Amino acid sequence: MKLTLRIWRQTNAADKGKMVEYPIDDISPDASFLEMLDVLNEKLIAEGEEPVAFDHDCREGICGMCSLVINGTPHGPERNTTTCQLHMRKFKDGEVIDVEPWRAKAFPVVKDLVVDRGAFDRIIQSGGYISAPTGTAPEAHSVPVPKPDADRAFEAAECIGCGACVAACPNGSAALFLGAKVTALGLMPQGQPERWDRVVGMLETHDEEGFGGCTNTGECTVACPKGIPLDVIGRLNHDYIKATAGGRRK
Amino acid sequence: MAVTGGILVMFLVLHMVGNLKIFLGAEDFNHYAHWLRTVGEPAVPHRTVLTLTEVVLGLAVVLHIWSATSLARRARAARPVKYHSKKKSHAHGYATHTMRYGGVIVLLFIIWHLLDLTFFVVNPKGSDATPYERVVADFDPSRWYITIWYVLAVLLVGLHLWHGVWSAFNSLGLRSRRNEKSLRLLAGALSVVIALGFIAAPVSITFGWVS
Repeated sequence: MKLTLRIWRQTNAADKGKMVEYPIDDISPDASFLEMLDVLNEKLIAEGEEPVAFDHDCREGICGMCSLVINGTPHGPERNTTTCQLHMRKFKDGEVIDVEPWRAKAFPVVKDLVVDRGAFDRIIQSGGYISAPTGTAPEAHSVPVPKPDADRAFEAAECIGCGACVAACPNGSAALFLGAKVTALGLMPQGQPERWDRVVGMLETHDEEGFGGCTNTGECTVACPKGIPLDVIGRLNHDYIKATAGGRRK
Repeated sequence: MAVTGGILVMFLVLHMVGNLKIFLGAEDFNHYAHWLRTVGEPAVPHRTVLTLTEVVLGLAVVLHIWSATSLARRARAARPVKYHSKKKSHAHGYATHTMRYGGVIVLLFIIWHLLDLTFFVVNPKGSDATPYERVVADFDPSRWYITIWYVLAVLLVGLHLWHGVWSAFNSLGLRSRRNEKSLRLLAGALSVVIALGFIAAPVSITFGWVS
């Protein structure tokens, strides 16, 4: 395949950055998007140029490290797929492909296509956990969980924290990420003791980090590589209102 | 957004029902308009309920605009560097993308509408006429452009509710997987009924079905 790539290049956080065009040839349609970038980087290194920096780790679609807004869509044109699992056969020969980093104030660009997603870690630190004693794992059957709750919690727990929801949201909100965490933990018995402090703490940190407010546009759930449903945001709002106006928070 | 929007939607339903009284004739319509001013008497002085309603609605409109503005400002601050390629929308939400500019157009319409039928500044008849006469003169066939302006504005209100009603339930945490379909249906039905209900009177007058 012959392609024209237009990639965001930015040497560091202080640099202004710009889109740079790279023609590329001989790409296998069976290559993944990241493998295609590897080919480009090998070529750039051979020519003595600086390779394109991009995030990746497992390349199996489960770690949440890869990102990239491809032709204006986070993780590219294929639904429920991370960039690393996206293959070049989804593109047309001769296509011009725009590759940009996630765009959000809370995700500052480190270099080229790499952004700092530390804001998500800080949100998790302000409530996205349960307190449990360490040591031997407890007997799994000692705490019964209704099957529908377990299924829904698992569905929300599929969130890999990649940040595609923020990249897709016209408001730059991370409400889907918050909703996924609050739902996954709040549906389980183990998540109950911290349930009300969790939702308030995580939402406050979310706002402090500079994410925008949710207006229920639904763009996040379509961009989400794990298909986290939009109703987790309904649950987030429900728990937040109960915790604050409902006085559940201790 | 959700709470003030809810107040405004409830008002719209009552306003629409009142408007439809035009089909019952001049006497019924004018009687209804008069009753709006006397309701609650003699327990409360003349025009108390109407004035209170106006204050609540005014506050709701101001707070609704204030929430929308602060959300829009937060959105702009949350993405200081825009995407280079045109960001594609995948959520099939035409109505969703009309909320902000559509809201501004609806506000301009409300100002016109108040100047027209509350303060009579842009109405062909003045304060001497009955409410019925004013409405009929407003949508006279020779003033077809006014009818079109009203119809377009009301259609925008319908679009606004299509997203707004459903979104309000989500924001208030009242939406769950079980009621998802019913809420979408409620939002759709409300927007269609309200839009048609408001379009009925001006169109009927312009086409001469009501005179």
